[in-house]
Amino acid sequence: MFARLPGWARQHLAALRILLVFTVVVGLAYPLAILAVAQLPGLHHRADGSFVTRADGQRVGSSLIGQSFTDADGNPIARYFQSRPSAAGDGYDPTSTSASNLGPEDVVDTFDDPAMRGTDESRQSLLTQVCARSQAVGALDGVDGRRPYCTASGVGAVLAVYHAGPGYDGRVTRVVSVNELCPARPFLTTYAGVPVRCRTLTDDIVAGQRVVIRGDAPTHPAVPADAVTASASGLDPQISTAYADLQVRRVARVRGLPTGQVSALVRDHTAGRSLGFLGEPAVNVLDLNRALDALTPARR
Amino acid sequence: MSSSVAGVLAVALLVAALWVTYRPFGDYMYRVFTAKRHLRVERAIYRLTGVNPDAGQRWGVYARSVLAFSLVSVLLLYLLQRLQEHLPLNLGFGAVGPALAWNTAVSFMTNTNWQAYSGESTMGHTVQMTGLAVQNFVSAAVGIAVAIAVVRGFARRRSPVAAGGPGGPGGRGAGSRDDVVGTGDELGNFWVDLTRTVIRILLPVCVVVAVVLIAGGAIQNLHGNRVVSTLAGGHQTITGGPVASQEAIKEFGTNGGGFYNVNSAHPFENPTSWTNLFEIYLLLAIGFSLPRTFGRMVGDRRQGLAIVAVMAVLALGSFAVNAAFQTAHHGTVPVAVGAATEGTETRFGVPDSALFASSTTLTSTGAVNSFHDSYTSIGGATLLFNMMLGEVAPGGTGSGLYGMLVLAIVTVFVAGLMIGRTPEYLGKKIGSREIKFASLYFLATPAIALLGTGVAMGLPGERAGMLNSGAHGLSEVLCAFTSAANNNGSAFGGITVNTTWYNTALGLAMLFGRLLPMLLVLGLAGSLARQHPVPATAGTLPTHRPQFAGMLGAVAVIIVALTFFPALALGPLAEGIH
Repeated sequence: MFARLPGWARQHLAALRILLVFTVVVGLAYPLAILAVAQLPGLHHRADGSFVTRADGQRVGSSLIGQSFTDADGNPIARYFQSRPSAAGDGYDPTSTSASNLGPEDVVDTFDDPAMRGTDESRQSLLTQVCARSQAVGALDGVDGRRPYCTASGVGAVLAVYHAGPGYDGRVTRVVSVNELCPARPFLTTYAGVPVRCRTLTDDIVAGQRVVIRGDAPTHPAVPADAVTASASGLDPQISTAYADLQVRRVARVRGLPTGQVSALVRDHTAGRSLGFLGEPAVNVLDLNRALDALTPARR
Repeated sequence: MSSSVAGVLAVALLVAALWVTYRPFGDYMYRVFTAKRHLRVERAIYRLTGVNPDAGQRWGVYARSVLAFSLVSVLLLYLLQRLQEHLPLNLGFGAVGPALAWNTAVSFMTNTNWQAYSGESTMGHTVQMTGLAVQNFVSAAVGIAVAIAVVRGFARRRSPVAAGGPGGPGGRGAGSRDDVVGTGDELGNFWVDLTRTVIRILLPVCVVVAVVLIAGGAIQNLHGNRVVSTLAGGHQTITGGPVASQEAIKEFGTNGGGFYNVNSAHPFENPTSWTNLFEIYLLLAIGFSLPRTFGRMVGDRRQGLAIVAVMAVLALGSFAVNAAFQTAHHGTVPVAVGAATEGTETRFGVPDSALFASSTTLTSTGAVNSFHDSYTSIGGATLLFNMMLGEVAPGGTGSGLYGMLVLAIVTVFVAGLMIGRTPEYLGKKIGSREIKFASLYFLATPAIALLGTGVAMGLPGERAGMLNSGAHGLSEVLCAFTSAANNNGSAFGGITVNTTWYNTALGLAMLFGRLLPMLLVLGLAGSLARQHPVPATAGTLPTHRPQFAGMLGAVAVIIVALTFFPALALGPLAEGIH
């Protein structure tokens, strides 16, 4: 029936027909066959989303998807183990999964300029986010929250150093602490003999030489790395064993449980490396918190 | 056990698994493409579509079939997205905008799977299954088909002396000549190669893989969003979808287009540390086994071994650099944190994330389990370098092999210049026509990547799409165009690319980055197929020895270094060294 068509048209017709056949075979039959297999007992719970329920049968989440354990204002609820920071929506939003995508040298905060009405262009740099989270976790769990390149006030310790000559040459004329907006008192009084000023919105930060100040924080901070960095998915269901151990004392105190008992629960909910060497040992936060609630029900 | 030791063991397991499957899987693919018989289901497909499976195609016809199939693929996928609101299981998502639909259609047709959209808020289940996943299968199959056609160009009219020589296929020698369909300079039949790849290679493996992934925790359902009340008293909306079936082909076909925005970092796509290594294995499996198929088809397994050795050395070297910088965590924020954990998942850890990142950029996959934008400067640079290498170690399904074969031609040409002999590879003379095809092949992709980056940086509105400023911002734009032109699809994700300009420009970059090299390499194969092989003499450069393999690796690295060094110096290197 298509024999009278020119060669190029027949070729495209064959292409279209073969694509339609594949659409049926691998676009419908294949996923639906897998769906059928997924109904088998043993697979169905997982294929469904690994949902976990309360005693009354109501779903409280998925053991694979992390949750925020914060109150309506975003403050951590002390009786729960806390998850990692999340960049998914407002935190742990599966409909808006994301990582921060901020780079290793993202150290300068952007502040909102009131002159630009109706827009909020402020953005914390990754460094300041890390510093602030470290301080907050340190305060919550009663440990030293200091980190390298962080100020005591919990922002990135970054200076813009202006020189008399071009190419960062000549004597230093002016120094601005770029992440401390006036009227804040800069974390450093002088740099290279020049007084350090707080930042104003008119400062041209890009023109200055960027200098980060290491400070005297320990190289291995008390607050673990995963507690201050956002995960890749924004839904990371797990935390490191170090971050879990850090939180044991607080959770035990708030719930009135012996520390040993909470530690034992943490160990119960720690997944080791698969095959002994794949990935990292990690603690499932939702499962751990559910086990705690089963032990000492939350007052609602 | 320290995480570095664990990371080394993970790599050892991966290498062992690839080594164990190299031979049987490569041999299986050899049999698939040289078998005379068609399966019953294949016959049915040929009957339904009016294809004569026993007709050979010359390179021009083969190339036109590829183009025709690519065109209808883009059109159908574009239509499916534009008509989404009328499709079942659309989860309430409306039509995808024209620029984004164009970008996505090209992206999936070209095996790039660049995603300017976020899966969970744009695509319903029907578009995912019958649009995106179908292209995951067939775009991978097109790559393999073209690679096999190119190998046939080399293998055609092999002299009996070479085919039966030492190290030759021995008892199966006749088989290696059987793949010759017809008597002229045909390269095979595109429709047959396409169908066999889908039916005999991709589909059976994916069925098994999908079930294994479900056992690990990947989901496979047709639910919409389900709202749960969380322990903290809030609400969380948990998504559903046919994820496992899509995840399997996404990795195995080196596609990389995630069901969700965060791709293989999402616990529903990649739930555990063992599924993570399994997925890494899958995305490398075809690329590392095809050289065996190549060796069998040209009648000398050692040629395949030489190619796979070069691939392996480049891959391990690149991974070692990446992992070293990621674990050493240089840079302001990584030092402040004490580890390069920003944008990585706890269950994978830093070394296994680096392994995934290296594998995904060394192939044309572009799936991610951690976010490359937040990698250390030099760690991120190695990922860019992997893509710039043209993805030949081992590269995308098929495209890695033909990329490496073109590199081999350039290498014998360079060697020929050194010793003053007409270069030849696998018994075929490399004359001016062949070297022109090869040179154009290697100019096409960098030209697209660098011109695109240059234009984007020249336009103020497009420059503003960068999330990070300064050198890291340039890396984001460079990564976008490098990834698109090389059909990788991974990104320094901070950049805002869902704009009409970026969607259009990156769509064009992907289209030309896929089809130009394919046409050039098919033209090269056609020209090789016409040649009568020259018998090997004492002066012939043996192309299976370490000497040649070393030169091949060096040529690959030097071509990339010369082409991309200025751009890399302004981006990640400027950021890392200060």
